[in-house]
Amino acid sequence: MDNTELTNRLKELSGTNVRQCMKCGKCSGRCPMFDKMDVKPHQFVSYLADGKIEKLQNSKSLWYCLSCMECVERCPRGVAPAAVIEAIRESVVRPQGGNRLQPEEVPALLNDEVPQQLIVGAYRKYNH
Amino acid sequence: MKLSYYPGCTLRTQAKDLDKWGRLSLEKLGVQLEEIENWQCCGAVYPQATDEIAKKLSAIRALDAAKKNGGKLVTLCSACFNVLKRVNADMKEGGDVAKRANNYLVATGYLSGGDEYKGETEVIHYLEVLRDYVGWDKLKAAVVNPLKDMKLGAYYGCLLLRPNSVMRFDNPENPQILEDFIRAIGATPVSYALRNECCGNYVALKTPDAVKAQVDKIERNAEQAGATALVTACPSCRYNLKVNGNGRLEGVYITELLATALGIKE
Ligand code: SF4
Ligand code: SF4
Repeated sequence: MDNTELTNRLKELSGTNVRQCMKCGKCSGRCPMFDKMDVKPHQFVSYLADGKIEKLQNSKSLWYCLSCMECVERCPRGVAPAAVIEAIRESVVRPQGGNRLQPEEVPALLNDEVPQQLIVGAYRKYNH
Repeated sequence: MKLSYYPGCTLRTQAKDLDKWGRLSLEKLGVQLEEIENWQCCGAVYPQATDEIAKKLSAIRALDAAKKNGGKLVTLCSACFNVLKRVNADMKEGGDVAKRANNYLVATGYLSGGDEYKGETEVIHYLEVLRDYVGWDKLKAAVVNPLKDMKLGAYYGCLLLRPNSVMRFDNPENPQILEDFIRAIGATPVSYALRNECCGNYVALKTPDAVKAQVDKIERNAEQAGATALVTACPSCRYNLKVNGNGRLEGVYITELLATALGIKE
C-alpha cells in the first residue's frame, strides 16, 4: 500500500475529518498526558492530514493516550484527536506480531486487586 | 418497579461490593434490578475505529435483551455505561456499523430478519435511577444514618461524561449529579477542579509511572479542597486511587456509601 492509500485508509478508520482542524492546540492544551507525549494530540491530527504516517506509527504517545476524550470535548471544530490516535494505534497492533501486551506478561501484571476492566481494556487497546 | 440491569465483568470479580450494595440499596428504595440473561463483558473500552463490529457485539446483545425486557438498561460501572451508551448511539444512527452488526446477528440466528436492533433501549446510569426514578427527596427521607462528618470529593472521571455529544449524562464542564448524591446521603461535597480528570485507566498496566503522576495531581487537588475520600462509580478509578495513589485519599463506591446511609451496611 503506498502512503497516499494508507493515509486515506487511516483517515477513514479514524472517522474524523482532520481537514477541519484549525491548529488551535486546545486539544493538546487539555490533554492529561501532554508531558509524556513525544507527538502531541494536535500533531496527530495535522500529521495525518499531511500523510506523515511513519512519524505517528513510531510515536510513543500511542501507549500513553488514556482515551479520556478531553481532546474531543475541547475541540471547537468537531475533530476527534483521540480517534486519530486510536486509528494509528490499530494500524500498529493489527499486523501480525504487532501485539503490545503479550499473554506471558499478564500474570506478572496481575494481583488480587487489578480489575477485570483494566485487563480487558488493555488487551483491546494494545492487541489485535 | 423493575428495571433491566447489566452488572458487567468487574462487578462479578474485583468489584463485588459495587454490585451487591447497589442492588440492596435500590431494593430498599423500591426499585428491583433485574439482571438480563447471558450477558457478556462489554469490552471495557469503546472501540473508536470505524470498522469495528465484532468488539461491539456483546454490547449490542445486552442492549437487545433489554429492549425485550422493558426497554431500559441500568448499569453501574462507568466503563459499561460508556461502552453501552456509545454502542447504542452507533446502532441508533443506523450507519455502516449498525447495518453490518445487524446483518451478522441475523445471519448467525441471534436476531430474526425484521427484528434488527436499532438503538431502541435507553441506557441509564445508577445515579440517574436515584435522581429520576427514586428522587433525591425520597432518598433523603430514607436515610437513617446520614454521613454527617464526611467531606467527600465527587470523582466523575472521564467515562460518565465524555464524549458529551453521546453521553449526555450531565454538564461535562460542571456536573452536579454526584454532589447532589453526596448531599442526599447527608455528607458534604467539596469543590475541586480535577474531578472530571481521567484516572489513567488501562494505561496503568503498562505505564504505571504516567498514571501515578496523574493520580497524584488529582489527589493533591482534592486534598487541598479538604476531601477525605473520593466518591466513584468506577472500578478503574478506585483501583488507580488505591494502587497508584498517595495512600491517603481512598476511593469509595457510591453504593457502599448509599448502603451505609440507608442502614443496610455496617
Ligand atoms: S484521549 Fe488521549 S489524546 Fe485525548 S486528551 Fe485523553 S489522553 Fe490526551
Ligand atoms: S482542538 Fe481541534 S481544531 Fe484545535 S488543534 Fe486540536 S484538533 Fe485542531
